[in-house]
Amino acid sequence: MFHLILFLFFGAVCVAGAVNLLVQSHPINSALSLIVVMASLAAEYLLLGAEFVAAVQVIVYAGAIMVLFLITIMLLNAGKEDRTKGSRIATLLGVPGVVIGGVLVAWVLIHRSDLGTVGLGALPGDPKDIARLLFHDFLLPFEVTSVLILIAIMGAVVLASRPDAIARPHPIPPVSEEERELAAAGKDR
Amino acid sequence: MIGILLTAVAYSVWLERKVSAHIQNRWGPTRVGPFGLLQPMADGVKFIFKEDLTQPHVYKPLYIAAPIIAVVFAITSISVIPFGNWVNVGPIQVGNSPDLGSWGTYLQITDVNIGLLIVLGITSMGVYGVALAGWSSNSKYALLGGLRASAQMISYEVSLGLSLVGVLIMSGSLSLRDIVDAQAGRFWYVIPRWNVFHGQTLAFFIYLISAYAETNRTPFDLPEAESELVAGYHTEYSAMKFAMFFMAEYANMVTVSCIATLLFLGGWHGPLFGPHLLQDVLPVFWFCLKVFAFMFIYVWVRWTLPRFRYDQLMAFGWKVLLPLALANIVYTALVVALRAQ
Repeated sequence: MFHLILFLFFGAVCVAGAVNLLVQSHPINSALSLIVVMASLAAEYLLLGAEFVAAVQVIVYAGAIMVLFLITIMLLNAGKEDRTKGSRIATLLGVPGVVIGGVLVAWVLIHRSDLGTVGLGALPGDPKDIARLLFHDFLLPFEVTSVLILIAIMGAVVLASRPDAIARPHPIPPVSEEERELAAAGKDR
Repeated sequence: MIGILLTAVAYSVWLERKVSAHIQNRWGPTRVGPFGLLQPMADGVKFIFKEDLTQPHVYKPLYIAAPIIAVVFAITSISVIPFGNWVNVGPIQVGNSPDLGSWGTYLQITDVNIGLLIVLGITSMGVYGVALAGWSSNSKYALLGGLRASAQMISYEVSLGLSLVGVLIMSGSLSLRDIVDAQAGRFWYVIPRWNVFHGQTLAFFIYLISAYAETNRTPFDLPEAESELVAGYHTEYSAMKFAMFFMAEYANMVTVSCIATLLFLGGWHGPLFGPHLLQDVLPVFWFCLKVFAFMFIYVWVRWTLPRFRYDQLMAFGWKVLLPLALANIVYTALVVALRAQ
């Protein structure tokens, strides 16, 4: 019972954080709401019994990725965003549309799906189970995913480096006499 | 438990001042109590009664939240750390059975089977305290300090985490109690079977170096390099808010020392002798002694090594420590796999 209350509480915190993310006008506040969403999701996983997934959620998403978000926002020094009133059509059609869509998804999930339900604390959360899934049952998809991430990293490196650095991998030979001496002494300018 | 940790934090400040003083051929605090032992209390009272300045240019909600975040995450991580083995408290009657069962406890608040991951998760959240303090202070020194701190902490977290994997492979568990229990016993009756003597020496040094960077201590104290950044991310903080950052830093040092003790130095294992009561107390004593030794080395290193340059710091983390940690994982995994065959 206590676990159920906690589960509902963190669910509410998660939704509140997600709504706050959209409402806040300052990017830092939005990023912080996203951290709240991540952390309460981790708490939900923990309550469902998936301890390992919860810990990884905190370490990877809340602890590492969101820090990078935060650094980017801090470096760009992004200020408050300008608010427009928004179009009337969006309010007239969008809000009922979202409500209808949400109800439809919930209805389908409850009545028409073959997915079983899982009790609180019943998910297999042991690191050994997850390791067996990742490195035994789903080894090929796992490895393919890692190659995919490697490609993304290489793409990021190519995009971030200056074009002349790619075209000329060797350092430009020193031009002036002074530079030549410094280069010979192994020093940088 | 929080009381014990905060006392430990206060006295590690005293230890730091004393040891630094003796390294520099001074006396350190001597006036308050014998050997200056009451100095932490005097400092605490002073922090509480100082004027708490809030500059007009700060972003107030985050400026106030940042020290709270830092100190809360620093203190929470102690909750899963075991500091001793099972302790018998006394005989007790169980139900109607005639025999006396014994009542006792593990010296740990909660035993979770992923204890180590929880510590890593909580400490990784501690970055936000520093980063937000730097940003919300709205001053250039604080911002630079905050940026440096967050970049440094997420870089060294990688090698810190990877250096622990070798130990995890050897013990086959994420529970801190199991990891310690796997280190019981000795080689040739002399050398304790601690992980640091058991093929994980390299991992131990990688962990130690990354831990210094994680806690922003010299030689990696660039986030608060006083010669260039005034005081870094906590430049604009005063009174108790500053004290909270101070407490968070020392609490993190204690946690990191505890983890090093548990994973590499055999936790509470040590020679046991004497009467029954002494045998119950000795494991806790060994544990505290090892943690104390780490705190001492922290101070020792502070007055021995000069500060890194920022590019050196990043190059060292990514180009030296990370490959070494990865090589250690491969090596350990190979040895364990070959032995299992």
